[in-house]
Amino acid sequence: MDSLIAIWDGLPEALQTVIVILLKIVAILLPLILAVAYTTFAERKVIGYMQVRCGPNRVGPKGWLQPIADVVKLMFKEIITPTESSKAVFFIAPILALAPALVVWSVIPFFDGGVLANVNAGLLFVLGITSLDVFGIILAGWASNSKYAILSSMRIGAQMVAYEIAMGFALVGVLMAAGSLNLSDIVNAQSGGIQHWFMWPLFGLLVVYFISGVAETNRAPFDVAEGESEIVAGFHVEYSGMAFALFFLAEYASMLLISVLTALLFLGGWLSPFENFESLLAIPVIGAFFDSGFHWLIFKSLIFLFLYLWFRATFPRYRYDQIMRLGWKILIPVTLIWIFGEGIAIGLGWEPWK
Amino acid sequence: MMSSIKHFVKTFTLFELLQGLSVTGKYFFAKKITIQYPEQKTPISPRFRGHHALRRYPNGEERCIACKLCEAVCPALAIDIELEERADGTRRTTKYNIDMFKCIYCGFCEEACPVDAIVETQIFEYHFEERGEHLMTKEKLLAFGDKHELDIAKHRAADAPYR
Repeated sequence: MDSLIAIWDGLPEALQTVIVILLKIVAILLPLILAVAYTTFAERKVIGYMQVRCGPNRVGPKGWLQPIADVVKLMFKEIITPTESSKAVFFIAPILALAPALVVWSVIPFFDGGVLANVNAGLLFVLGITSLDVFGIILAGWASNSKYAILSSMRIGAQMVAYEIAMGFALVGVLMAAGSLNLSDIVNAQSGGIQHWFMWPLFGLLVVYFISGVAETNRAPFDVAEGESEIVAGFHVEYSGMAFALFFLAEYASMLLISVLTALLFLGGWLSPFENFESLLAIPVIGAFFDSGFHWLIFKSLIFLFLYLWFRATFPRYRYDQIMRLGWKILIPVTLIWIFGEGIAIGLGWEPWK
Repeated sequence: MMSSIKHFVKTFTLFELLQGLSVTGKYFFAKKITIQYPEQKTPISPRFRGHHALRRYPNGEERCIACKLCEAVCPALAIDIELEERADGTRRTTKYNIDMFKCIYCGFCEEACPVDAIVETQIFEYHFEERGEHLMTKEKLLAFGDKHELDIAKHRAADAPYR
């Protein structure tokens, strides 16, 4: 142990910083990828339960090893490239789709001070990077040299543009209330008990944000990009094996991201709903549970993650023109009106979240 | 006017979406009706039409008298029979083949048989590993019948009042 510390002290300071950052990245990414794997499992279970089935329950105890089996299977599958595809782009595309979905997590605060990069304009960073997601998907559709893939890519492109705006406006409402673009500051602005969370004054924005979040991640009922009945599997028809798995990883990582972001922005992130109950916090062991912490962020995110799966089990797919109508003609005006009202409230000095 | 206001309110409270969610939400907690197949099985009717068998009389004599009614009635032409006359003047088959790939398990052979020789058992979990195994010969069918005679007799007795 002493020798290890001696080696550590002997390293140049720049290298030490790099190593610490790398370790932090691993500490975020490993649980994230594990969470993605088990989200697929949860999805199959939840949808199964809602269809009065059991879902996967064969691999391992109660099916808990199913995602591992899926990963192993995907890893050993051959990656087939279509003859007429542009090979380089075909292989870069899944990486381009996955990278932004993972990079965003660098600015997400998991608990007070628990953030990899405390960027000042974190919200802007999140918006910018998540928009890059679509890049990999469009390239995938184009590089596949398949009609279905390119059709799906075009759909995603238009859908992303439509819903990015509604999403951005919903976030404008949040940053007006919080007075900051820094995600940690936004959460801290909601401290002081459950009545200070932004979900109450900004409930409409929460709904709009989550709906556009579902649309942004191309999940049911907005999954025209993968409309099986029309275009087989959408932009990833030509992909197999690990290349296909990367798209899946990206999709589920974005799902988790939207869930966590919704919890952070509207439900007070890691803040406990029992913040003001001093007597509860004073209980020896259980008190720690009622105190603010990482576990509250997980609970709150899980609610939204469950909603994602619930939506998928419930709603039929929107028609393409209905998606466009909802995005442009309903969500955007609603957010604009809400922001307008909020602006007036702030102007009059009536700020219910303070 | 009234109806458009109603529509407006309904749309913006997401009323119908919540209704849909409540339906699936209810089923989330419903009792699951899945049968975990190899461990659990559904009850099978005594009339179930599975793997074929040829039966014998209690004294060991085979029942089939080579009347060829089953061969005639078989809609899939799966049965192939050849026969000879024995020294005592009775007819018996020399060949009784059922092609299990052709067979559609309609049960007509069983119904046509005047002596209850060819029957379909409740056994449906079987497979073939080699090419040609699907051709059931007289020996195989008789052996199968001998092996499951108790079950066959029981199920036929259970179904007898309804025949």
